[in-house]
Amino acid sequence: MSEIIHIKRGLDIPLRGDADKILQTQPRSANYAIRPTDFHGLFPKMLVEEGDKVKAGTPLFFDKNNEEVVFTSPVSGTYKELIRGAKRRILEVRIEADPEDEYVNFGTADPAALSRDEIKEKLLKSGLWPAIRQRPYSVIASHHDTPRDIFISAFKTTPLAPDMDFVVNGQEDTFQTGLNILNKLTDGDVHLSVHGKNTMSKAFTEAKNMALHRFTGPHPAGNVGTQIHHVKPINKGDIVWYLNVQDVIIIGRLFEKGIYDASKVIVLNGSEVIKPRYYRAINGVNISALTDNNIRKEEGTTPRFISGDVLSGEKVAPDGFLGFYDDQVTVIPEGDEPELLGWLIPKLEKFSVSRTFFSFLMPWKKFRLNTNIRSGERPFVVTGIYEKVFPMDIMPMQLIKSIMINDIDMMEKLGIYEVAPEDFALPEFVCPSKIEMQTIVREGLDSIKKEFE
Amino acid sequence: MHNLLDKVRPHFEKGGRFPKMYRTFEAFETFLFVKGDVTTRGSHIRDAMDMKRTMFHVIIALTPVLLFGMWNVGLQHYRAMGEEVAFIDQFLFGLIRVLPLVVVSYASGLIVEFIFATIRDHEVNEGFLVSGMLIPLIIPVTTPLWMVAVATVFAVIIGKEVFGGTGMNILNPALLARSFLFFAYPAYLSGEENPAGNFVWTQAPADQAVDAFSGATPLAVAATESTIGEASVSQIMESMPSALEMFLGTIPGSVGETSTLLILLGGLILVATGVGSVRIMLSVVAGGLFMGLLFNLFAVNAFMELPVYYHLIMGGFAFGTVYMATDPVSASQTGSGKYIYGFLIGVVTLLIRVVNPAYPEGMMLAILFMNVFAPLIDHYVVEANIKRRMKRLQAVGEKSA
Repeated sequence: MSEIIHIKRGLDIPLRGDADKILQTQPRSANYAIRPTDFHGLFPKMLVEEGDKVKAGTPLFFDKNNEEVVFTSPVSGTYKELIRGAKRRILEVRIEADPEDEYVNFGTADPAALSRDEIKEKLLKSGLWPAIRQRPYSVIASHHDTPRDIFISAFKTTPLAPDMDFVVNGQEDTFQTGLNILNKLTDGDVHLSVHGKNTMSKAFTEAKNMALHRFTGPHPAGNVGTQIHHVKPINKGDIVWYLNVQDVIIIGRLFEKGIYDASKVIVLNGSEVIKPRYYRAINGVNISALTDNNIRKEEGTTPRFISGDVLSGEKVAPDGFLGFYDDQVTVIPEGDEPELLGWLIPKLEKFSVSRTFFSFLMPWKKFRLNTNIRSGERPFVVTGIYEKVFPMDIMPMQLIKSIMINDIDMMEKLGIYEVAPEDFALPEFVCPSKIEMQTIVREGLDSIKKEFE
Repeated sequence: MHNLLDKVRPHFEKGGRFPKMYRTFEAFETFLFVKGDVTTRGSHIRDAMDMKRTMFHVIIALTPVLLFGMWNVGLQHYRAMGEEVAFIDQFLFGLIRVLPLVVVSYASGLIVEFIFATIRDHEVNEGFLVSGMLIPLIIPVTTPLWMVAVATVFAVIIGKEVFGGTGMNILNPALLARSFLFFAYPAYLSGEENPAGNFVWTQAPADQAVDAFSGATPLAVAATESTIGEASVSQIMESMPSALEMFLGTIPGSVGETSTLLILLGGLILVATGVGSVRIMLSVVAGGLFMGLLFNLFAVNAFMELPVYYHLIMGGFAFGTVYMATDPVSASQTGSGKYIYGFLIGVVTLLIRVVNPAYPEGMMLAILFMNVFAPLIDHYVVEANIKRRMKRLQAVGEKSA
């Protein structure tokens, strides 16, 4: 049906440690947590007190600026403690898990029979609303809006990303239920993007109630931002929503079973993982339940644990928790050792898009990259390399510069509404001046949001 | 080794003995070691490429040209004196003459860089590593060392630091240094004999040279002979070195600019490693060829009739194309802007060379001129991008209306 959209500019970073297609059920971890920091711009207000018993689906806190948006417990157990960071900011809301889950009953419902408002209410009450995010600004969608369209990417191109075909396996019908529900939330279309060659699952290619798009090409072809740009770009005033595939499934479950069952398939991989595997786990799982005894121990290197992918994920402690939107835990080595003449000596374990290292001679090689920045931050000098990994009709360097000088008018003209921090992950990766572009884009989105509030 | 650095570090930190020298210490530390700093936010992994390595590759690409330039200095000297000496003697003669230029350029420029890094409290930028090498390569070997120092300091302060340092400058610093010399001390930078009684382009006293040696650059020959008006194009070409000599570079000229062959090699290195912009290089050549052919077509005087490929191998055209026009900071920063920028450099260079008799060489002025215009070119490229977005918005608006 639809023709294939070829993404030409981009980059697949060849990392070592891809997972085998083996699905294990992960033993229940002792505690789970919701991290308010996963939701940008959220001001959490607690609804429970320490020691309260909670079920899966019991509200834990809500957004002070948006009181109907509540966040519920992914498991049943006891609300144990609050971990705070600088300025008493709430970082983690920890739940000590019961051996078995009890669920709050939200009641089953046939999506076809429900009105738009009834669906919204159900999603809000069950704590599933935060799964829906919006562009512009890349934040939790406002339930007062009706989006122009809803976008779902059914394949990932980030380094070591989980295979969505494998993930959706066995949950095809629930995914379709989720699509049916989303379809009622927009007057436009639910756009589902699949890989033009690799996506085989009929859950995606033969789904109903959606518009299918096929993409090929390197990362960021799988980023929803890239897909929106090529399918139907965001203009000023437009609002589109986007979700992860697994959150669509969880939404489907809510309507089929009447419960908030936050279990999903996650992948544990990276060069430091001994047995990279897929696991069935519950949102907010303590990653030590996956990584214990599964991390390579090597003299002089410490592992870095990342909830999410290496480009846009979050650094977490060895006993940290899986982020709300994440379906991946990546473990790579830290790069905290100084290296003699490191900028000069081309080692085999160094990867670069420029052809100044040997990596371009070995396109088959997979790399064990560490977290060393490799240089202090410099002003922009080199030009033309950002565009090569940025497949949108947006000028990345000019946009970043307009954000740096906080020129709201120029940001708007240069297309800031279309982008999210993750879209700038590759330009940030290749930047020889080591400019923190994702942070800058987030600042730009914040200041432009403030301007219109 | 690193332990030693850790040991002396406290002296340079706040409360130590030389806190003002911290940036200097840091520059040397990061030169020796890539620090163990890790990412904290954003992308957890980073490309292995950094500024040091970028600049280092330009230096690699400049090395053949530098070595050849040294040898050629010796070659021209002994030619002028009418002596025949071994290859190694020619090279050593040039080495002794060129090395001080390099040292003075680096020393004076880096001192300014370090001072500004300390005042502004930022890390020392690597940009001058390249500028410091370019400056000695684009001036005559006979330039007095104090002039090199003055020009370098001028270029770094006025050309770069007043705008905010590396990455913020509008003009190419190395070319700014050269143009400073060109306008402040014209007698040392053009003509045939400088006030010290030396040839300008060849390290040899003019009164001791053999009669057959003129010391003029091919461009000067072309400019003078064509303005006299008598000479036909074939006569001009006869009084110039052969095309092969000009291509190989065994001709008088600035230290590094003469050998088109080795400059091509350097250009290949820059393009192959992805450090230099192939768009700019090709479009400068295209611009030069276009204008050259246009001159051939109208050919009002003998200079205009000169075969167009001569322009590519004469003077600083090749050097400017490969090493100067491609400076990413002062060049156009947009993809399509680079084509326009490069093409116009080629066109303006030939215009100055052929039409303006006051300046035999046009490359320097053409690049500086286009440096100034690059932001304007970029402005229009960016505007075009913005317009596309506005159009899209309007199209949607009309559809829904």
